[in-house]
Amino acid sequence: MSLKIIVLAKQVPDTRNVGKDAMKADGTVNRAALPAIFNPEDLNALEQALRLKDAHPGTTVTLLTMGPGRAAEIIREGLYRGADGGYLLTDRAFAGADTLATSYALSMAIRKIAAYDLIICGRQAIDGDTAQVGPQVAEKLGLSQITYTEAVLKVENGTITAKRRLERGVEIVETKLPTLITVNGSAPDCRPRNARYVQKYKHAKTVTEKQEADADYTHLFSHRPYLNLQEWSVADVKADVVQCGLSGSPTKVKKIENIVFHAKESKTMAPTDNAIDELMKELITNHTIG
Amino acid sequence: MNNIYVYCEIEDGIVADVSLELLTKGRSLAATLGCKLEAVAIGHSLDKIDEQIFPYGADVLHVFDDARLSPYTSLPHTVILVKLFGQEKPQIALMGATSIGRDLGPRVSSALGSGLTADCTSLEIGDHEEKKENKVYKNLLYQIRPAFGGNIVATIINPECRPQMATVREGVMKKEVLNPSAKGEVKIHNVSRYVSDSDFAVSVIERRMEKSKTNIKGSPIIVAGGYGVGSKENFQLLYELAAVIGGEVGASRAAVDAGFVEHERQIGQTGVTVRPKLYIACGISGQIQHVAGMQESSIIISVNNDPNAPINAIADYVITGSVEETLPKMIKYYKNNTK
Repeated sequence: MSLKIIVLAKQVPDTRNVGKDAMKADGTVNRAALPAIFNPEDLNALEQALRLKDAHPGTTVTLLTMGPGRAAEIIREGLYRGADGGYLLTDRAFAGADTLATSYALSMAIRKIAAYDLIICGRQAIDGDTAQVGPQVAEKLGLSQITYTEAVLKVENGTITAKRRLERGVEIVETKLPTLITVNGSAPDCRPRNARYVQKYKHAKTVTEKQEADADYTHLFSHRPYLNLQEWSVADVKADVVQCGLSGSPTKVKKIENIVFHAKESKTMAPTDNAIDELMKELITNHTIG
Repeated sequence: MNNIYVYCEIEDGIVADVSLELLTKGRSLAATLGCKLEAVAIGHSLDKIDEQIFPYGADVLHVFDDARLSPYTSLPHTVILVKLFGQEKPQIALMGATSIGRDLGPRVSSALGSGLTADCTSLEIGDHEEKKENKVYKNLLYQIRPAFGGNIVATIINPECRPQMATVREGVMKKEVLNPSAKGEVKIHNVSRYVSDSDFAVSVIERRMEKSKTNIKGSPIIVAGGYGVGSKENFQLLYELAAVIGGEVGASRAAVDAGFVEHERQIGQTGVTVRPKLYIACGISGQIQHVAGMQESSIIISVNNDPNAPINAIADYVITGSVEETLPKMIKYYKNNTK
């Protein structure tokens, strides 16, 4: 059977490679110093979707992302790797959303897409590490969920079977479609870009991007409808603005602090034979080791 | 009413450590707030589960016992908590930041429209003043957690919504028996009044739970490596030192992400929290996400080429040099000077 799959993906600052200039003098995060990347586990999610597309001819993979205008890069990146289309949910009213307001907005966009058998997303995003949005979207749509998925084993007769990787073992579970699954980083890496798709989609743009696009390419958009990336606002997805963004977020950030280490008085040494011998002797004598 | 609730995870009839840690924390929060602490046990064959729970200070235990509730699946456990919380109106609800708590918590929070903060490293009670509205909120739960990949620490509050929900990782809070013979009130609920057949949408067809291969949490000595170790091969030096001095090998998230070592060994905000007697940090720069999980170690040795590595600030001994140079010398001295 062919499937209609929606992949939820997020553009995130690369918090794994935070350099010394990542924090501003006032203690806030200097987002400009961090490259924006495709959230790693969302790439694992995309790969699971593309494998299902390989196995089930006629399957379509649609990306959905929420973020500022530049998050359209996420959709293009997905198209380059084999997705069929995508939507960018972007509106000032979405800004400042916690996980609950984010999942509300995404669920409204999914309701607008309407036709789907399976929603796949990464377990968590590296800028928040909460792993909340997947289950919250499932709850808002009244869907069952399979979190911590390492592999989709099969989809047959409207039932999906998946392997979950938990702290202390694995579980094989099954449920009827439609459902939502979240994918772990332990799942296979995403395939690389395909040169043919890069050629096909490199001029794909949202309405906003088209306004800034090089005039030479503007004729393309009417000839090749797949180059038009959909951009949706709060009104487009018929969302209640009060439930979006900051106003729709029950959690508030009271305080942000730089980390203050409880600094100790430390003894500094070079790794000379003498220094190491002395240190080891001390640790053995005071029964820390041995 | 308006009490503190702790969801207790149960595997093979044993209440998970993380749940007992949360009961201990919940007990002290309840004392501060002057409210009761209530535990929720959902599973099967739970007749004696109260013996494990009451010693940690719960006043009330809610039991939902049904063969279909074990092993855990998302929907039935969610619907039970949502209905129970709807009736009881807790002010705070806590659960473990485990694959169960992180599956269940967001679903419950979404159904209740309540805020949920994941992976808190500290929970405190305090007030909040909303200056714009000239409003003061008394006795809120401060949910404190590293954010942004662990580079900052944020205090999160839920001023309006109840319950205030938070998850906490295993090992972050300390479990402590309050009174080994304590007894409390057991409320046995009629499960069929909470769940319907359609809630059993996901079936577990196979389950293989393994004992963990490593025992980082319980090890008195940890030799941990970071990205600065440089390669999977160089990590062998850490395994060698750990084997010689009787410790376990741990790692920072960067080393795990780089594929030097398996995830099971990750220490920090998104891994295990440890409090060993000796912690040897090799090539670890010391992002808060890591430090949060090891700063209570008694003695910390940092081996790092960078004399300004942030971790050096909390180290008792700083060896400014490479892992390749330092570790063999430690191994050699130990081998030559102990029996």
